Amino acid sequence: MQAILTRSVLWYGGLALLAGSVMRNLALPPSYFRLVLEEIEILGVRSLGVALTAAIFTGMVFALQSAVNMARFGAENYVGPVSALAILRELGPVLTAILVGGKVASGITAELGSMKVTEQIDALRVLGVNYIKRLIVPRLLAAVVVFPLLTVLADVIGVLGGLVILVAERGADMYAYWNTTTYWVLPRDFLTGIIKSAFFGVVVTLIGCYNGLSTEGGTEGLGRATTATVVHVTMGVIVSDFFLTKLLLIIFW
Amino acid sequence: MDAIVEALHVEKAFEATAVLKGVSFALDKGETLVVMGGSGSGKTVLLRLIAGLLRPDAGQIRVFGQSIEHLSEEELLPIRRRLGYVFQGAALFDSLTVYENVAYPLREHARLAEDEIRRRVVHFLSLVGLDDNVLGQLPAELSGGMRKRVGIARALIAEPEVMLYDEPTAGLDPTNSKMVGELIVRMGEGVCDSSIVVTHDLELTKTVADRVAVLVDGRFAAAGTVDEVLAARDDAVQAFLAGKAKR
Repeated sequence: MQAILTRSVLWYGGLALLAGSVMRNLALPPSYFRLVLEEIEILGVRSLGVALTAAIFTGMVFALQSAVNMARFGAENYVGPVSALAILRELGPVLTAILVGGKVASGITAELGSMKVTEQIDALRVLGVNYIKRLIVPRLLAAVVVFPLLTVLADVIGVLGGLVILVAERGADMYAYWNTTTYWVLPRDFLTGIIKSAFFGVVVTLIGCYNGLSTEGGTEGLGRATTATVVHVTMGVIVSDFFLTKLLLIIFW
Repeated sequence: MDAIVEALHVEKAFEATAVLKGVSFALDKGETLVVMGGSGSGKTVLLRLIAGLLRPDAGQIRVFGQSIEHLSEEELLPIRRRLGYVFQGAALFDSLTVYENVAYPLREHARLAEDEIRRRVVHFLSLVGLDDNVLGQLPAELSGGMRKRVGIARALIAEPEVMLYDEPTAGLDPTNSKMVGELIVRMGEGVCDSSIVVTHDLELTKTVADRVAVLVDGRFAAAGTVDEVLAARDDAVQAFLAGKAKR
């Protein structure tokens, strides 16, 4: 028990120190702007398929379940706004963060971990290169851009998926669906989801980077670190989502 | 003469294992110091401490007259730019070609035209005996000896004031080992005249050393010229030199 506690404290402490170091380095030259653009392409464009596939099926299944079950209470007219609220506030940002985050963060862990065990990070350091600035800051900045963008797309596709399934499967009126949805859903519902996604982007990237940089034990350790990253990202997103939701409800409600 | 690298009573332990137990030495400008010792004797740890990759538990490390043990990572960067470090496994960037690897320090720290970068890369590769046929190759496509030489070229291209070589002949056949030894001597005469070489290779030591220190059980058990060390009466040093040291 004590060993688990010690390990947890060290992990959270290390993550916090890395976050502090990244914040400090944000202001330092050079800017590595080209690397940020490259990372946006790597993190964003290559994750579109995963994010959008998950979004459309989640939107469809949520609308389907809501329609069937809300009909029992005579509330089928509200399936549109309920689906949209769930997607914009929770499902869009959280699912995108877990799916894309797991993929992105495990990739970052594998890459940085491999560099660590082959001394390439030490090689950067002895060449006088600020490795936090070179390896982590561009990824973090890219994630802050990419996660909200992916979430916007996931939101749109998810809501459209719900609309399609309700019209095709339940014979709903498309205009009525659209009118009730736009009446009940407010800009702040969309905005809170986007704020969450930017925060998740930071969490996911930091976890991926930290686990990569703290990889030990050769290729076996690299495998362990990559697996741990998927678990840490999933738990990190789910747990931080609760606290973010509380905070955003206080601010925006 | 002022030492450009100096260690004073340096101690370093990993968990319960004390690796260095009060090591002191000084490297003067224009000198090649070889630190010898068996596997696990702390040679690489000593080199990493000098480069600021590790921090000592006690003692002081001075590089170019500045104590480095309390400097932050950012504060260490300008000092490291004046050092060249050749890793045991070369530590080349595996996704970059030989050309990009050797050009890397120039791209990071110098604003040079691509033509000038290329000219310098080709020049430093030729210094280590490689022609421009290797420019487009990835590190995985090179032999161990070629990787070492590319690592040396990458370290030298930034024109460091002190070179740190970590086991430069480890894993190489006798021909390549001899060539690397001659290369270190040649670099010492021309490009960078001060070096610290850590190795367990006695032949390399005889080829490159101005002074030798033998690390046994976390301390220098003998130090001096090659002849003085070979004649040392310390049992542990003689056992190491005879290849009979306890592991």
